[in-house]
Amino acid sequence: MEHFTFLVAAYSAIFVVIFLYVLFVWRRQAALEAQLREMEERMKELNEGSRGDESLPSRHP
Amino acid sequence: MSSMIRKGLGYTSLAVMLTAIFMVFDWAPTEAEQGIAQRIFYFHVPCAWVAFAAFGIVALASLFYLWLGERIWDDLAYAAAEIGMVFCTLVLLTGSLWAKPIWGVWWTWDSRLTTTFILWLMYGGYLLLRASADDSPQVARFAAVVGIVAALDVPIVIVSVRLWRTIHPAVLITKTGEHGLEDPRMVVTLLVSLVAFTIFFIWLLMLRFAQLRARTRLCRMGQEIALAEVRAGDA
Repeated sequence: MEHFTFLVAAYSAIFVVIFLYVLFVWRRQAALEAQLREMEERMKELNEGSRGDESLPSRHP
Repeated sequence: MSSMIRKGLGYTSLAVMLTAIFMVFDWAPTEAEQGIAQRIFYFHVPCAWVAFAAFGIVALASLFYLWLGERIWDDLAYAAAEIGMVFCTLVLLTGSLWAKPIWGVWWTWDSRLTTTFILWLMYGGYLLLRASADDSPQVARFAAVVGIVAALDVPIVIVSVRLWRTIHPAVLITKTGEHGLEDPRMVVTLLVSLVAFTIFFIWLLMLRFAQLRARTRLCRMGQEIALAEVRAGDA
């Protein structure tokens, strides 16, 4: 079992780095969803404020 | 539909990854010369494969961006570069942790190590550029050129063990044309690890690419709202 520490360190590094990256991606996803909700609210307010105005942007899918 | 595919890929990659871990630690035999440290190789090689594949995608997507000028290709290149950088970092880390017990040093300026480090530096520069500059088409074009030039190092890394004198082992295919794995179980373990990392890479790329697309759409939406607000103020 010589060099066992290096084996554990290598696999730990792999899992920690991958975990941190997935966490970063997950946090970005949450931030994007919050931003999307905010924009939808703003768009709703604008549409209600000036009904019938054709210059307002269309809703994005 | 694409979210269903992503979910399926996520669960599949998790299952195959767990199988690969079991094979690495329990099923594959211990190599006679290097001992237990050789097991690092089963995830080190797939990390390198994913990094090279990601940088290849950066180059192709950047070429398409320069040719067609469509933002979708720039988003794909950015997503792939980010993932490639994560896995290239892992290649250097795990390689160093393998080198210490086998070579007795954490790092040596060997041809493969040096060319891989240059690759890491170049894509580090690419990501720094993306993070520090705005999202203008000029920056995207400049990043595309950097992405293509940096990817030219990938084939150099691959052939470096044949071009120059090196102490890095040619485990997959040796200079005599044979593979360096003595037991078929070692080959199967490596193949399962490669499959696990490939599925994981596709899942990550789809996820990050979808995010970058959403970010681009949100930016456009923000611009349209700002314009509408100005018009509403004028009216």
